[in-house]
Amino acid sequence: MVKEPLRIIGDGLEQHDSPPPEELTEKDLVALYRSLVILRTFDERAVSLQRQGRLGTYAMYWGEEATHAGPLYACNDTDWLFPTYRQNSIGVLRGVKAATILAWWRGYGGELGFYQVREHRVAPICVPIATHLPHAVGLSWAAKKQGDGICALTWLGDGATSEGDFHEAMNFASVFKTPTVLFCVNNQWAISTHVSRQTATATLVEKRAAYGMPGLRVDGFDVLACWKATKDALERARAGAGPTFIEAICYRIGPHGTADDPRLYRDEAESESYRALEPLGRYRGYLQRLGALDDDQAKDLHDEAKELIAAAVVEMEALDFPGVEILFDYVYASERPVSLTEGLDELRSIERRPEVKPLGPQPVASTGDADAPPGDH
Amino acid sequence: MSRLNMVEGLNLALDQAMAQDDRVLVMGEDVARTGGVFRVTAGLLDKYGDERVIDTPLSEAGIVGTAIGMAVYGLLPVVEIQFDTFVYPAFEQIVVHAARYAWRTRGEVPASIVIRIPFGGGVRAPELHSDSPEALFVHVPGLKVVCPTTPVLARDLLLAAIAHPDPVIFMEPKRVYRAGRQEVPEKAPLALPEANGEATLLLSSARVARLGEDLVMFSYGSTVALCCEAAERLQEERGVSARVVDLVSLYPLDVESITRAASECGRALVVHEAPRTAGLGAEVSSVIHERVMLDLEAPVGRVTGFDVPFPQFANEDDYIPSTERIVAGALKVLDF
Repeated sequence: MVKEPLRIIGDGLEQHDSPPPEELTEKDLVALYRSLVILRTFDERAVSLQRQGRLGTYAMYWGEEATHAGPLYACNDTDWLFPTYRQNSIGVLRGVKAATILAWWRGYGGELGFYQVREHRVAPICVPIATHLPHAVGLSWAAKKQGDGICALTWLGDGATSEGDFHEAMNFASVFKTPTVLFCVNNQWAISTHVSRQTATATLVEKRAAYGMPGLRVDGFDVLACWKATKDALERARAGAGPTFIEAICYRIGPHGTADDPRLYRDEAESESYRALEPLGRYRGYLQRLGALDDDQAKDLHDEAKELIAAAVVEMEALDFPGVEILFDYVYASERPVSLTEGLDELRSIERRPEVKPLGPQPVASTGDADAPPGDH
Repeated sequence: MSRLNMVEGLNLALDQAMAQDDRVLVMGEDVARTGGVFRVTAGLLDKYGDERVIDTPLSEAGIVGTAIGMAVYGLLPVVEIQFDTFVYPAFEQIVVHAARYAWRTRGEVPASIVIRIPFGGGVRAPELHSDSPEALFVHVPGLKVVCPTTPVLARDLLLAAIAHPDPVIFMEPKRVYRAGRQEVPEKAPLALPEANGEATLLLSSARVARLGEDLVMFSYGSTVALCCEAAERLQEERGVSARVVDLVSLYPLDVESITRAASECGRALVVHEAPRTAGLGAEVSSVIHERVMLDLEAPVGRVTGFDVPFPQFANEDDYIPSTERIVAGALKVLDF
C-alpha cells in the first residue's frame, strides 16, 4: 500500500493542520511565505513578459513554488543548489539578480544571461533532463572528501526518473554515501506524457530502494512538508549517512511552457481541480489560522516582491543588446583558438543584421492547427 | 632519467601531478585495485589512497558527470574511460556539460577535467574495443583534444592537460602503449598549479617526427610510426625525402606548423586510422587548401580508415592504414 505523503498544512477540508515544525520560528514561517511570494511574482511576470514578446519561450512553475522554496529554506547558505529550468528563478532567493535570469529567457548569454555560480552556490540552470544530477552528486562528494560539511540539493521531475543519468546519479550517491538530496517534483506531466507512461511502479519514491537509499513522499503543495523532509535529509547527509530521495507529489497546473497547449492532451478540468491546492494561498491560510501573518504584513511582502521584479524588468530591458563577441567569449577558459578569432573577425567584417527580438506572443493553438500545412485554412 | 614506455610515462605524469597538487584525483573502472586494464594507474592507490584513486561503478555517464561536479567544487579529476567505445554513454555529459561549463558560467567555472581514452586498433581486441572516435570530440566547441605519440609526450601532455583549465579529451593510442621505450626526464615540464600558459602551448603544438622536404605526411597516434616507416621506404625506393608531422593537438590544430610544412614541401598527405568522412584529414586538408593552395604541387591526399565499423580483428590489418597504403597514397600525391 502506498503511504500517505508527509503533510503539515491542512487543506481546510478533510485534512487538518499540524503544528509547524518546532525548529521554525515565527520569523522563519514568514520568511518562507516571502520566498513563495517572490517566486510566484517572478513567474507571473515572466509569463506576461513572454506574452508581450519581451521574453522568449518560458517554462513556468505556477503552483510548484513550495517544492522550490521549502527545500531551499532547509539549506545552509554554503550548500549548493542544482536547479532545472523549472526552478529557473531559485537563484533569486540566493542573491542572483532576477534581471540576469530574465535576460537568459530573453536569449542573452555571457555576463548578461548567466550568473556567477560559485558566488551564489547555484549551478547553472540545467536544460537537458537529469544530466545535472551526477554533478550534484560529484560536487557533494568532493565537499565530503574535503570534510567541508557542505551538501548539494538538486531538483528533478517525474520524467527525469526515466533517464539513465538519474539512475547513475542515484547509484553513485548511494555507493559513495554522498551528502546529496535529490528532490523529485512529481507534477505528473512531462510535457504531454503522464507519469503513468514514465514508469510501471506505483510511486517514484520506491525507485530509491533499488539503490539502498532512504526516501519519502511529501505533499508538494505544502511548503512546510517540503521544508521538513529536506531538513531531515540534509541533517542525515551532514552526519555522514548519505543521500536521500524525496518525491513531492503535486500537479503541473500550468502548461509545460509558453509554447505548450495542455488542452491537446489532458482534461483541463483536472488541472483546475488542483488550483485550490496551490501552495501560496494554502500557506497563507495556514499562517492566518496560526495568527502568524496579518493582512498588512502579507500586503507588504507582495508589494516588496512586485517592486523587486519590476525593477528587474527595467534592468533587463536596459541591457545593451549583446554584441557579436558574446558568441566567442568564454568558450574556452584559456586563450581563444585561432578558429574562434577568425570567426570573430569574419563577423566584424560584415554589416550586422538588425537586432533579434524574442519571438512575438505565441498563438495558443486550440486544435493543433499549428501543425497543419500552410494553406490548409 | 629512466627508459619508459608510454604506459609508464602516463603513470609518471599522474604520480607527479598527484604529488604536486592534492586536488588531483583519478577515477574510473578498475583504476585503483588493478591499476587499470592497461596498468596506467598502477601503484597510485597504495601511494595516494582510495579517496584520490577511485574504483567507480561501471557507469560512464556517472563517472564523467560526477567528475564535472567535483571540478565545479574545485578538484581536478582525471577520468579513465576503459576503452574507446565505452565513452559513448558519457557523450552527453561531455558535449552538453563538460564542453559548455565555462561558457555557461561566463568563464568562472570551466569543467577542468581530463578524460583519458585508450583508442584505436592493432591489438587484436574483441569487437567494440578498437574505435577511433576523436573527430566526434574535435567537432565539439569547448573541448581540447590531444593525442601523444611517444612516452615523453605522453608524460608531458598529460601533466599539461591536468594543469590546463579547459576540459581535455586525452586520446591514448593503445597500440603505442608498449611499442617502445624512451628516456623520460624525471623533471616535470611544468608545475601545478599551472604557471602562465605553458600547458596551453604544450597542448596546442604539433611536432616534426621526421625531417624531409619533398612531401609532408600529417598524422597522429599510432599511424605516425607507420608514416615514418613509409617515409623510409620512399627514401629507399624512390629517393623521396618525406617529412612527417605529428599533429599532437587535434583541437585546436596547430595551423601555423601545418601550413608552413605544406608550403615548404609543396605536397601533403594526411594519414589516420579513423574513418575518412569528416575526419581530421578533411580539416587538415581544408586548412592547407584555404591558406597555401598556391604553394602546392598537388591536392592534399588522404590515407585513412574506411567508412565502416572497425572490423573484427582478423581483418584489422586491412582496415588500419598500412605502410603499403601510405606509400601508395604518397606516390599518388608525388606523381600528380
